[in-house]
Amino acid sequence: MKVALFVPCYVDQFYPQVGIASLQLLEKLGVKAEFPAAQTCCGQPLANSGCEKDALPIYRHYVDTFSDYDYVVAPSGSCVYHVRKHFDKLEQTPAVQQVRTSAYDLIDFITTVLGVTEIPGTFPHRVGLHLSCHGQRGLHQANESEITPVRDGQLRRLLGSLNGIELTELDRNDECCGFGGTFCVSEAAISARMGQDRVADHERNGTTVLTGGDMSCLMHLEGIVRRRQLPMRVLHAAEILNGTLS
Amino acid sequence: MNHATRAAKFVGDADRTTWHDETLWFVRAKRDKAVYAVPEFQDLRELASQIKDHTLSKLDTYLEQFEEQAKRNGVHIHWAADAAEHNAIILDIIRQHNATRVVKSKSMLTEECHLNPHLLSNGIEVVDTDLGERIIQLRDEAPSHLVLPAIHLKKEDVGETFFKHLGTAKGEVDPQVLTEAARQHLRARFLAAEVAISGVNFAVAETGGVVVCTNEGNADLGVNLAHVHIAAMGIEKLIPRLSDLAVFTRLLARSATGQPVTTYTSHYTKPAAGKEMHIVIVDNGRTKQLGRPDFRASLKCIRCGACMNTCPVYRRSGGHSYDFTVPGPIGAILSPNIDMKKHSSLPFASTLCGSCSDVCPVKIDIHTQLYKWRQVLGEANEIPASKKWSMKLMGRLLTSPKAFGVGGKLARHGIKYLPYSLTHARHFNVWAVARELPTPPKQSFREWYQQQANTTA
Ligand code: SF4
Repeated sequence: MKVALFVPCYVDQFYPQVGIASLQLLEKLGVKAEFPAAQTCCGQPLANSGCEKDALPIYRHYVDTFSDYDYVVAPSGSCVYHVRKHFDKLEQTPAVQQVRTSAYDLIDFITTVLGVTEIPGTFPHRVGLHLSCHGQRGLHQANESEITPVRDGQLRRLLGSLNGIELTELDRNDECCGFGGTFCVSEAAISARMGQDRVADHERNGTTVLTGGDMSCLMHLEGIVRRRQLPMRVLHAAEILNGTLS
Repeated sequence: MNHATRAAKFVGDADRTTWHDETLWFVRAKRDKAVYAVPEFQDLRELASQIKDHTLSKLDTYLEQFEEQAKRNGVHIHWAADAAEHNAIILDIIRQHNATRVVKSKSMLTEECHLNPHLLSNGIEVVDTDLGERIIQLRDEAPSHLVLPAIHLKKEDVGETFFKHLGTAKGEVDPQVLTEAARQHLRARFLAAEVAISGVNFAVAETGGVVVCTNEGNADLGVNLAHVHIAAMGIEKLIPRLSDLAVFTRLLARSATGQPVTTYTSHYTKPAAGKEMHIVIVDNGRTKQLGRPDFRASLKCIRCGACMNTCPVYRRSGGHSYDFTVPGPIGAILSPNIDMKKHSSLPFASTLCGSCSDVCPVKIDIHTQLYKWRQVLGEANEIPASKKWSMKLMGRLLTSPKAFGVGGKLARHGIKYLPYSLTHARHFNVWAVARELPTPPKQSFREWYQQQANTTA
């Protein structure tokens, strides 16, 4: 199994520890992933801004970089969703189809492809999940509250298998955090307010470690947690599952 | 003014935003409870979606069938290509009866066509009879929600409005007292009205009848008291058979307010003896939308308002921030069809979280359409030039791994070495108004990875 790690641009520059934890976690689960150095971005920021045409060369570059792999794994559901769903704009060559079907969010890959249901480890903290919309509603990694009251999902299960962990229950289980890519800049006021409300829900319900599968939402929430100087750590789920932190 | 500017104004009042958000979330939660209790709800959604798809694919046939049936029932049918025609037809009917007093209920379409100002300027008194609608009519405002038109107002605001217009005591905020005042005020209007205008929730091709769903019963009161009933409907309100109706009535009220069914579901098929019934069938941009394959599904909307209640942006920005008759996510995909330039910011007023699509009882792919509108707007140069150019530049940067590495490094070091007051300055960096920037690490991931490779090699 030839696996590549796709590290989104902002994770590469600002959260290298998330890339490292992803790589190490995969290794612990028996997968040796490579990091193709030519990778840049999936083109999502441009496409979501209405500049899909300008993103096409980025898509092609992505395909060139990753089409040789059986799986491309990223610690970010939204990039994966973008590759799977919006690369339909390219001519559907075998290479394009390959990268579209091989793109996996890290947690989805661990659950679906590797079939792992439990992670050995201990994490004795009150952990609050941030369900990112693209992973949840786009890739169906967790139940949607619009459809069912049952709170279940890949990340919830994996984290739940750690010893000593306690998952907090939020008032609004799966509301968007308001990051939304360029939305956080073009609609800064609403974006900030949404983030503040998300953080407040976690605060109210006793979260001491805020986590999720998509670093972009977490970057936004972390920015708010730090501005408010709250005693809450924000960690990507890979960091917790990898056992790099306790 | 774009959505972001209007939204920033609304969200600037933090307490009102909290209240607006919580009120609508309460409705969303009520909806959830009602929906969870129906195990086949998702099947119903699928069925409704298919019925609507089917109807839209044969809309011409069903419209003809509807017209034929309605005429057979003794109903007058009128066709309006746009808002102006709709208004002219209605004024004409009113004039034919030498009427000057009109009551109206449950019609977003007349709102869309700006019927009220047209009638008023022609000397016709027109009174909206639903409580919420009457409140905003007195305030000379537009509805801010499809189902809850005055949801942006607190009871204090209503008290103030009624003090001004209905003579209630100053400072009166008791909902009971205020509602009673409205009731008395409206009663006189009902009794005096010569013509009643209503909206249409569903038009049944098979029977030629129209169905109006209300909770207050004002449509029925108006229609039954007046001599003439004018029902105004968009062409997309059709459903093929009477037996299809049950699918939609089960979905509508649950999605809208969490009720199992609306208090009144009234069928109007023919005029009562000695009375007249008219139906005005309106296009006003709908066939244009029907002709856009990517956006056609937006015509399936049954106007339940659920997408608004669930939308985290709408809940915090208020309906008026959309500046369109239908606000919220569905409005954001309907409005650019009407005026691309004016409404160009609406498809961007979303994080594309997808909650709207999941909640929609007729399964409209709302967030996918928002994404598609963005591309149409980008191609039509209806996005800010600064954004367009920065995206073009980014496009270049992101196809070259080398330039990408350098650019990233610059950004990281920029944050590290520039003074906090600059990186967090409001004018340069809106991110930092409410959020800290990430702390730049010593090494990027790719640098770390390279180093690992070097040490193991
Ligand atoms: S788009 Fe769907 S959820 Fe929104 S108002 Fe229409 S039917 Fe209701």
